[in-house]
Amino acid sequence: MWNLSFCIGSSAAGARTYTATASQGLLYMMEAVYNASGLGLPIVMTLGNRAIGAPINIWNDHSDAMSVRDAGWIQLFVESNQQAVDVHNQAFKLAEALSLPVMVNMDGFILTHAITRVDLPEQELVDQFLPSFVPRQKLDTHSPLSIGAMVGPDAFTEVRYLAHHKQKEALTIIEQQAEEFAQMFGRDSGGLVKSYFTEDADIVFVAMGSVVGTLQDLINDLRSEGYSVGILSLRSFRPFPANAICNVLKNVKQVIVFEKSFAVGMGGILASEIHMATQRYADIQDMKISSVIGGLGGRTITKKSLRKIVEHAKNGQLDSEVFMDLEGSTVVRELKRQQHEQTSGPVAENILRDMGVVSASKTH
Amino acid sequence: MFQIRIHGRGGQGVVSASELLSVAAFEEGKYSQSFPSFGSERMGAPVQAFARISDKNITIREPVMNPDMLIIQDPTLFQAVNVFDGAKTDGYLLINSSKTVEQLGIDEISSQYPKNHVMILPATELAVKYIKQPKPNTVLLGAFAALSHMVKIPALENAIRGKFAKKIADPNIAATTAGYNFVMNYLQQKTQKQGA
Repeated sequence: MWNLSFCIGSSAAGARTYTATASQGLLYMMEAVYNASGLGLPIVMTLGNRAIGAPINIWNDHSDAMSVRDAGWIQLFVESNQQAVDVHNQAFKLAEALSLPVMVNMDGFILTHAITRVDLPEQELVDQFLPSFVPRQKLDTHSPLSIGAMVGPDAFTEVRYLAHHKQKEALTIIEQQAEEFAQMFGRDSGGLVKSYFTEDADIVFVAMGSVVGTLQDLINDLRSEGYSVGILSLRSFRPFPANAICNVLKNVKQVIVFEKSFAVGMGGILASEIHMATQRYADIQDMKISSVIGGLGGRTITKKSLRKIVEHAKNGQLDSEVFMDLEGSTVVRELKRQQHEQTSGPVAENILRDMGVVSASKTH
Repeated sequence: MFQIRIHGRGGQGVVSASELLSVAAFEEGKYSQSFPSFGSERMGAPVQAFARISDKNITIREPVMNPDMLIIQDPTLFQAVNVFDGAKTDGYLLINSSKTVEQLGIDEISSQYPKNHVMILPATELAVKYIKQPKPNTVLLGAFAALSHMVKIPALENAIRGKFAKKIADPNIAATTAGYNFVMNYLQQKTQKQGA
């Protein structure tokens, strides 16, 4: 919590402010996450996406990002290390144009710990793209003001509505700035969405983050085998680019929403948002949407498993909700244990013991 | 695309080796990528790291499932981990050991590889000689260069200098060169024998 609270102070004093966090660290400062956006402070924060415990897990998924999806921040996702470089430049420009905090999500470990080639933009060009920061609001002893008033029932709705309105404005600004960036730096790092081979595709994956890279590699293979598959990559998750998504998906027969997190007791989060967006879009009828959840807690996402998903989709056998590579027998064993033993013990320890992980303690 | 998987134990510089390979390939103008098998890293625990080298942009993020080059930094792993899982037997096998394939009990699998594609060298001994530490990674990088021709020694040298201070870089570069020469001498002797 301290970390982002410092940033709130720094940004309110008029400084360009940046921080980075992940997983439990984000949850620890949750209250400040809401405050940063509610106060309209243009902080840029990198989230190196990781799972949230319990069970304790340090590896990659999108649970942390999804836990703050309603916190009022702009949330951008990057597919590669090059996009991470490019999108951070745009994040500051966007944050400062809107006076809103921007979170750049990059997959923990998969991108944060990769060594790979990137083109770093020239300082002069960056300065041209991103001029000096002029804060919309600033705490200054020479002209005193206060930030962070208490707002009662008479005005709370209006302040919250304006936050929603500002996110909708971002839909236009993100596209404009992405285009400006592409023209200046000669690299297209995507605006609201980025699509690959979607024009004539029967089946389209919708996904966010580094899995898009693996999907691209898979689709290069599949295309040469005659499959008609494409990818729609969401670069902006908040604001949610419903129109941009529907414009790409409108002629697609089958959509596979792949996501690295889910709402326990409900299902795929991105999948339900895609459902809602396509329902509202007049031109879309008879589209099949499947929700595929994978890569949880660092589970390897292989081309082989993704290919199986495509094959099932092509044969009309893909269920509306799929947990990719789920070990069904392990799940059934634990369910039986719970059914037959009153004191079956902690789930995580039971499953680790079944899988032969020696460090799991015995319950009885 | 040429894909490399390195197996070793925590503390043997497995992750550094994959990083250095990636940087060396970049130095030569290629696209490259490296990353470790992510885990809570502990001294002595089995560790894997991956690298890819290509003339084109690399987008895939899955671990290397079918390596063209398998590097085994610690032969005691043959008992602990199925290091050969998915390995392409038309690729290369590079092992740190002073034993033979028969003594290591891998004669059957190594016989599936083409001639001169399996190389065993005493990298730990060479590392102790040059860097005074039992870290076989840079010796094996030199051996990798000689065996695969995927990177050259000057590029590896630059990569090592970029990562380490001179005091550490110099002996490691000597170790890399020793690994390279070991393999080149071995291959030369073999060709001479075949010629005679």
